[in-house]
Amino acid sequence: MVDQPSWDLLADLQLLLEFHFMQNALLAGTLVALLAGATGYFIVLRGQSFAAHTLSQVGFPGAAAGILLHLSPVLGLIGFCVTAALGIGLRGRGLDAGWRGESAAVGGILAFALAVGLLFFSLYAGSVEAIYAFLFGSILGVTDRDVLVTALTAALALLALAVIGRPLIFASVDPEAAEARGVPVRALALAFLVLVALSVAVAVQIVGTLLVFALLVTPGAAAQRLTPRPGLGLGLSTVLSLLFVWSGLSVAYFSPLPVGFAVTTLAFGTYVLARAR
Amino acid sequence: MSHILAYDFMRNAALAGTGIALAAGLAGYFVVLRNQVFTSDALGHVAFTSGLGALVGGVQLLAGVFGGTIAVGLGGRARGRDVAVGTVFAWVLGCGVLFLSLYSRGRSAAGGTAGVSLLFGSILGLRPAQAVTAAAAGVVISALLLLIARPLLFLSVDPDVAAARGVPATALSFGFLVLLGATVAEAVQAVGALLILGLLVMPAATAQRLTARPYLGLALSGVLAVLFVWAGLVLAFYLPYPASFLITTLAFAIYLVSRWGWLW
Repeated sequence: MVDQPSWDLLADLQLLLEFHFMQNALLAGTLVALLAGATGYFIVLRGQSFAAHTLSQVGFPGAAAGILLHLSPVLGLIGFCVTAALGIGLRGRGLDAGWRGESAAVGGILAFALAVGLLFFSLYAGSVEAIYAFLFGSILGVTDRDVLVTALTAALALLALAVIGRPLIFASVDPEAAEARGVPVRALALAFLVLVALSVAVAVQIVGTLLVFALLVTPGAAAQRLTPRPGLGLGLSTVLSLLFVWSGLSVAYFSPLPVGFAVTTLAFGTYVLARAR
Repeated sequence: MSHILAYDFMRNAALAGTGIALAAGLAGYFVVLRNQVFTSDALGHVAFTSGLGALVGGVQLLAGVFGGTIAVGLGGRARGRDVAVGTVFAWVLGCGVLFLSLYSRGRSAAGGTAGVSLLFGSILGLRPAQAVTAAAAGVVISALLLLIARPLLFLSVDPDVAAARGVPATALSFGFLVLLGATVAEAVQAVGALLILGLLVMPAATAQRLTARPYLGLALSGVLAVLFVWAGLVLAFYLPYPASFLITTLAFAIYLVSRWGWLW
């Protein structure tokens, strides 16, 4: 058990950074939050929260495959999520439109993805803790190499988002006008789905497959309720995401509460407040 | 077959699995017809959290799952993939994690296994009493579903005309949600909270692709669900893979064949 936190914030920070695993978790968490906050704003703007949900469940067997093949779980996550994003994007019809028409098919794919994850974990015969870590998040599992992969992924994805940001807002708000003005709407949609896949893949390390929604979608949704201005909303969404991750990790470090519970509770509370405003 | 059924755990699994699958197949037909797939998914998450909550609170596990699932089925008409609904259910799962960590503290291995069996099912680990309860509940749910099948079909296919003809729409939707909650709570034992859609939705979707006639489809959906569970159990007996994985995979594969079978 670690020392208890005090009201001396500087001392608390020193306690937080005492152990190497926690340095890794905080570093990866910060990168994840920056990416998730920015991507999440666009996810809500484009009404693609269900795509984010689907991609995160496909990530579960990805993480398991990464462990099974003795690669890093984050590499498996990235591989599975990006492949699924390309599949969804290239099918032409949007997944969110398909959710109404073909909800049975989508539901089947979700259950099947989780079942394959279960199979991989049972083949690996690892501990139960590994399953929980990738379903619900963990502050213990981030290795040095994961931090490096996360940093590279987040940097690339944020750079790409900065490049396509302006046309993406245009294409999201008014697709027809954007297409008429020569914006490559289809290509942008596909590129954005890949960015969502990358965000999901790195976020699963911290909050887990089942709770990604709280980190990826809720900050963006709360930000959009608070301000209609895109720039401000994007910033607010990122700040909220950072806040959730940092508080979640600190709570999980100082108390026996799990990180997933802390993050989802914060997200839920913030969203309720933003809606009540 | 008698060789397989010589084992107690296989007999329990077959007994419970048949009842659960029948109820899931019948309820699933209406779920697909009424576009309530997302509601079922959400109910599965609630079943996980309330099951663990019951463990922490010392209530009987099954009672907690039943109570929590039915309560939410009644309280929140979860509709669409709205951000609000997603946020709420992420939080519900977050609470489940909290209960899990509270429960596992002090009990080294038991807590961890309880969580995994709620998430992914534990049909091969049922005790005889649990199996009998599950089979009985499955039969009762199925009978009630068949009892309201006619007006419910009418209401699902054409709500406006049904309401005009005096079908009690609110009471019927309400009643179906209670039955769905009970079905999900039962099915969590067989395939687990996360794989529930495999047993609930896949047989029904397959049946709807094979026939447009409602009663035939309803019957087919029930029969398919039972067959998937039986085949999954037989395979699980011989193969070193989890039963719930085999059941879900079978159901998904047959659905794909029913969709794209005519291509080959």
